[in-house]
Amino acid sequence: MQRRAGGKGGLIMTIVYSDREDEAAAQVPMRRIKFTVNGEKKIAEVEPRLLLAHLIRQGLRLTGTHTGCDTTNCGACTVLVDGQAVKSCTMLAVQVDGHEIQTVEGLASASELHPLQEGFREEHGLQCGFCTPGMMLAAKALLDRNPDPTEEEVRWALSGNLCRCTGYQNIVKSVLWAAAKLRAQAPAD
Amino acid sequence: MQVPAQVEYERAGSVEHALTLLARYGPAARVLAGGHSLIPMMKLRLVQPEVLIDINGITDLCYINLTGAQLRIGALTRHAQLLESSVAGEHFAILHDAERVIADPIVRNWGTVGGSLCQADPSEDLSAAFAAMKGTMIIHGPDGSREVSAREFHAGPYETVVGPSELLTEIRLPIRPGGGSGYRKVSRRAGDWPVGAAGAAVWLDGDVITDAGIGLTAVGATHFAAAEAEDFLRGRTATPQTLARAGEIAAENCRPVSDQRGPADYKRHLACELTTRVLGVAVARARGLMA
Ligand code: FES
Ligand code: FES
Repeated sequence: MQRRAGGKGGLIMTIVYSDREDEAAAQVPMRRIKFTVNGEKKIAEVEPRLLLAHLIRQGLRLTGTHTGCDTTNCGACTVLVDGQAVKSCTMLAVQVDGHEIQTVEGLASASELHPLQEGFREEHGLQCGFCTPGMMLAAKALLDRNPDPTEEEVRWALSGNLCRCTGYQNIVKSVLWAAAKLRAQAPAD
Repeated sequence: MQVPAQVEYERAGSVEHALTLLARYGPAARVLAGGHSLIPMMKLRLVQPEVLIDINGITDLCYINLTGAQLRIGALTRHAQLLESSVAGEHFAILHDAERVIADPIVRNWGTVGGSLCQADPSEDLSAAFAAMKGTMIIHGPDGSREVSAREFHAGPYETVVGPSELLTEIRLPIRPGGGSGYRKVSRRAGDWPVGAAGAAVWLDGDVITDAGIGLTAVGATHFAAAEAEDFLRGRTATPQTLARAGEIAAENCRPVSDQRGPADYKRHLACELTTRVLGVAVARARGLMA
């Protein structure tokens, strides 16, 4: 992993993989991409095969996004791309060129936790915390669309995210807690 | 850490552009739609395309609309869009039944209808649903477009009739009066591939079945369909006994294999039971007795 400053504060990042000598493409192709992560504009030079999860974790050093299964099952790597939840282990970094990524690091402001984070604290929605960032982003995608979900709708929306610790009960309560808080905060119309 | 092999990357802005790129690279290229089957396979290096042609920018291929007596679904339509589409659900309850049990909500945000079909996994759900509804697929190539029936679309496991320089663009489902449909799946856990699944569409004239379509997946049914059971049903009265017999015929004619999802005899049992049940659902819906 090397990092060096690119032009205008951009970042050129390289991730070193082992050469297994079974490469399909003869050359090592590179693409320059521009994207936004948690509101900050970035430029990166990436191999097309680079996975979004690796761009986020190794390239951007935003290690709040976890990788659990690496096989699109667990949802620990969930981030938002243009507001839509995606399992970042199953998207290529080149595909976010021109798009906006949101990771768990973008939830809190400098002084305040996001209501989802508060909810997970209040309702004991995490134990080891491995699944938590993915849970919170999947929940955020739900609440952005549906501010007043039923318990069933929360369970449904989180059904692509696995937790090995909590038994899910408190995660669901945490999301409902956050939904109530967000609704209370929303300007009445 | 799983990493795909080196691959070149091209982005197609239109169907024409995608076809030009496909013509240029031929079989060395793979089309990247939602990527939720292709990227995992590339990570395992089960497939190693030299070039990916990303079609996610061709947003004109994301649509669901009614044209005459057809429901038309653009190949790049995401599973989530199909699940949310009221027009799709109104005419084909089977589509919503199936979409509800395909993977999970996050995967459905990106996975596409056309991508699922072209991946041609022998356990794929929509292939059975479209077989049941006797849909057709529109395939564009260098010499224009052609229409292929859902039952001729698959050439074998992970293989379709879409040539290396062609692109699947649309799925068409005929809407006929008096119809009802449904989908039922058994899987080991939420979001998993099916151990077995069945889809059915029936058309009634009073109590008589004028036509039926039965789709089966994960149980080794030829072209994802149970043609013998459909033949049996046509012209008969829709009684529970008739539907149960159709289930038996469907089970007799499929060829499930034992694997980690279950033994062959259990899958055959599922083919029978699910076909019977889903025919019951389709009949109830055709009669307006069930949502
Ligand atoms: S690491 Fe991406 S889904 Fe598990
Ligand atoms: S809190 Fe440990 S995996 Fe969910």
